[in-house]
Amino acid sequence: MRRPRRAGAAQLLVLGALGVGALLIAQLLGFGAGLLWPASAATVGAAILWRQADDAQRARWRAATSRATTRLPQFTHIVTRGLVARSVLGLLLVTAGMTGFLAAHGALTQARRALLPIFVVIVGLVVIAGPWVLETVRELTEERRARIREQERAEFAARVHDSVLQTLTLIQRNASDPIEVLRLARGSERELRGWLYTPRGDGPATLQAALLAAAADVEDEHGVQVDVVTVGDVPADERVGAVVQAAREAMVNAAKSSGAPTVSVFAEVTDGRVQVFVRDRGRGFDLAAVPADRYGVRESIVARMARNGGTAEIRTAPGSGTEVRLDLPPTAAVRP
Amino acid sequence: MTSPTPTSRVTVVLVDDHALVRSGVRSELGDRVDVVGDAEDVASAIAVIAQTKPDVVLLDVHLPGGNGDAVIEAVRALSPETKFLALSVSDAAEDVIRVIRAGARGYVTKTISGDDLADAIHRVAEGDAVFSPRLAGFVLDAFADGPAETESSDLDALTPREREVLRLIARGYTYKEAAKELFLSVKTVETHVSSVLRKLQLSNRHELSRWATRRRIV
Repeated sequence: MRRPRRAGAAQLLVLGALGVGALLIAQLLGFGAGLLWPASAATVGAAILWRQADDAQRARWRAATSRATTRLPQFTHIVTRGLVARSVLGLLLVTAGMTGFLAAHGALTQARRALLPIFVVIVGLVVIAGPWVLETVRELTEERRARIREQERAEFAARVHDSVLQTLTLIQRNASDPIEVLRLARGSERELRGWLYTPRGDGPATLQAALLAAAADVEDEHGVQVDVVTVGDVPADERVGAVVQAAREAMVNAAKSSGAPTVSVFAEVTDGRVQVFVRDRGRGFDLAAVPADRYGVRESIVARMARNGGTAEIRTAPGSGTEVRLDLPPTAAVRP
Repeated sequence: MTSPTPTSRVTVVLVDDHALVRSGVRSELGDRVDVVGDAEDVASAIAVIAQTKPDVVLLDVHLPGGNGDAVIEAVRALSPETKFLALSVSDAAEDVIRVIRAGARGYVTKTISGDDLADAIHRVAEGDAVFSPRLAGFVLDAFADGPAETESSDLDALTPREREVLRLIARGYTYKEAAKELFLSVKTVETHVSSVLRKLQLSNRHELSRWATRRRIV
């Protein structure tokens, strides 16, 4: 919003400078002030009005091509306010110029007599041409609306083509490989779901968004289903990022070694405390028997949480699945 | 699961506007339940349910000619014993909450396996509530503000126990696993879930279509 306004002010300045320059030159050439002041006022007014139409036109184009329809009303509102103010200024200047010109030539009384016929002619023109002009305006609006609809349809078609149709094609080609088919279908479902159900626009990075992204990666890489349920949300700072990394590692472990087809992820934020649970119903393992060099669990999950002031607990036993519980208390800064 | 084998098989009507989904669900369920009819829109669903009076209706949330809640409201008088289980692909909280508020006894997603679906149907037929992890998450979100000011009725807040049960369900626990974790009987867990369902259906403190967006981000 800021730039157009500043540009407008600059333009006004330039117009003013031009006007003053023209005045000086005219005075040097010896034109009488009686002609000069009205003429220059009218010129500046006209310049403002003409530039104005240009602005309005551009704003409309921008509106027609803009996808962010929700932001639009506000935007046009601001533009319109500026438009009205400038239109009035331009109109006043032009009228003042015309009146001044007539007065300087002593023609004002004659003009007053001519005003009635002119008025009658204008009314006549409006009556005759009015319906036609209105109709044209309406048609233009309708056409613009149709164009916007067409654009939306095209984008929708492109989206469906990119995700669903492509996936269906790939599925037909990979019909003999169930894991691949599942992976393709899940990926496509996720993408379409994200497009349909999550609010438009790039929100700030949050715990929820980061977890969903991590789950999507794991689904793609390992061909399992990862169901993510979240309650509450927080912006993703460094510590939250660490929790997401640890959760991701837990998902990868579950996908790779549990043998379970689905992994459940639950994240809850209560009063700044972040808890994430990653659970599978797979074969589980004997925690005590994990060799010390198994980097995944010890370093990527337990140590990472500890470094960030949190804890990780792993509950598992052979045959009864695995649950990784991550707990991150509120930051020290928040505590009194 | 504790579902005692019913003397006769549970009768089911499928309501979904996609023929593919109907036949898919029908074949997944196999002979674990008795599918006595199906319907593809609100009007035909009402007719089929009134005629067959099934134990359970598997109901899609979105239907041509109205939505799942329209069916529930229309047949309440025609077949009062019939219970509803919402089946959906929608992730929109308002959709799910609306159909639950209308009287559905549970909500599951269409990706559910045939075994789990059959189990959910039996559970609903016996009068229990069926919460998927996602629905449990929705409810925790809806009641996240905790007990309100002095005047609020007990419908407006979850008890700590109910909260614990919902958390476990959201984490992917079955009722049985949740019962073991909390040292409760499965029956007690079922009671807690049914009580949450009742609160969800009767509480009017929450403008349920708005809380989801409100709570989404700090």
